[in-house]
Amino acid sequence: MAAPGTLRRFLATAWLITRKDITVEWRSREIIYTTVFFAASCILVFAFGFVKDGRPIDDVASAILWIAIAFSGTLALGRTFERERYNETLQALMLAPADRPAIYAGKLAGILLLMLAVEAVLVPLVALLFQAPLFRQPVLLVALLGSGTLGYAAVGTLFAAMLVRARSRDVLLPVLLYPITIPVIIAGVRGTAAAMAPDGGEMARAWVSMLVFFDVVFLTLSLWTFEAVMTE
Amino acid sequence: MLKRLFVPALFVAAVMLAVSPLLVARAPLETTMGLVQKIFYYHVPSAMVMFLAAFVCGIASAVYLFGRRPGADRVAVAAAEVVVLFGIIVLVTGPLWARKAWGVWWQWDARLTSTLVLWMIFNAYLLLRKYGGPGSDRLAAGVALFGMANVPFVYWSVNVWRTLHPKTSVVMTLDPAMRPAFWWCVTAFVCLFLAVLAARVRLEEERTRLEELYLQLDD
Repeated sequence: MAAPGTLRRFLATAWLITRKDITVEWRSREIIYTTVFFAASCILVFAFGFVKDGRPIDDVASAILWIAIAFSGTLALGRTFERERYNETLQALMLAPADRPAIYAGKLAGILLLMLAVEAVLVPLVALLFQAPLFRQPVLLVALLGSGTLGYAAVGTLFAAMLVRARSRDVLLPVLLYPITIPVIIAGVRGTAAAMAPDGGEMARAWVSMLVFFDVVFLTLSLWTFEAVMTE
Repeated sequence: MLKRLFVPALFVAAVMLAVSPLLVARAPLETTMGLVQKIFYYHVPSAMVMFLAAFVCGIASAVYLFGRRPGADRVAVAAAEVVVLFGIIVLVTGPLWARKAWGVWWQWDARLTSTLVLWMIFNAYLLLRKYGGPGSDRLAAGVALFGMANVPFVYWSVNVWRTLHPKTSVVMTLDPAMRPAFWWCVTAFVCLFLAVLAARVRLEEERTRLEELYLQLDD
């Protein structure tokens, strides 16, 4: 396949874009703050629906956690690309003599870091507020969150990037993203629920391997379509 | 090719669909479900056409995206509308049967859920095309490609999710005496699909030509 030099250039380009996104975000911290508070608001709203007689209903913590991740992920994706659109920088990126897949990988890594940072706040919050034993199997939890978020962000980055030029992109992003990422959401919710159960280790590991498989499929498809979709 | 298919496909579909109630009525009654099972003769062919159309849309989108042939895009949008149309038939006839057979309108079973998700994806495809503004045909092609590739994974994941909570459901094995009526209906629906697809592709072609004429007028 590709020569080692090509791979090095690919990674260097991707890293440049990720670093740029981190730097821009670090200066204002706009997306991370608003997204964390949005996710916390989601949890608050869920609490009124899923807490009965002062106790959360069974397995609800994993569902709340993943819905909050999906919702706040959509917001972070939309905001990240809105920033690019507003400054007309995505067009500049597309004109740059860089591989399209490398640009995609760079944006994906930035989104992934952002979502993982939000999850770092979200997980303890859900564990605390819903008395959920989320940390019963910490390694499995990290594996589930990491692989699930990667799958979600892989599709999300592709769709958010291609919707930059479209009208009504704010509503079209979730409309396109949620049905397509259903496998990731199912695996994430059920895997997390299994990881919280006393004897669910085996099941949770099965869900992790399924998520890794989805990641491979979604990443391959996204890398493949990104160039074709982003070309005028 | 599609254009020449329109008249024969429409004719065959019309004749076969007109005759189909007789065959369906004459097919033996299912022992446990009785009369409600008859809906199966229209429900299953609709579902088959829905998945066939989704497949056609995905392939046509890939051809459009990577081969840059405008004709493929017209087939893709026509097929996507057929997915949504036949999806409505499937999602209406299914619950009608389920209410009698299972006692509930809806079950979160693998097949039901994946059909619903597929239907949602193609609705999203059409929404994107309608409201996405200029250039959304290419984006929609990407969505269709993803949507088609996603179907087996949705089915698989829902299946694993459901097998975690097993429940008895009605398993249907087809009685040989029911087969003629069933395959008759499948053929009729496939012909109807071809006729609708051909008509829709032609409409899209005329629309493209009209737009080109308008552009020439402006110049």
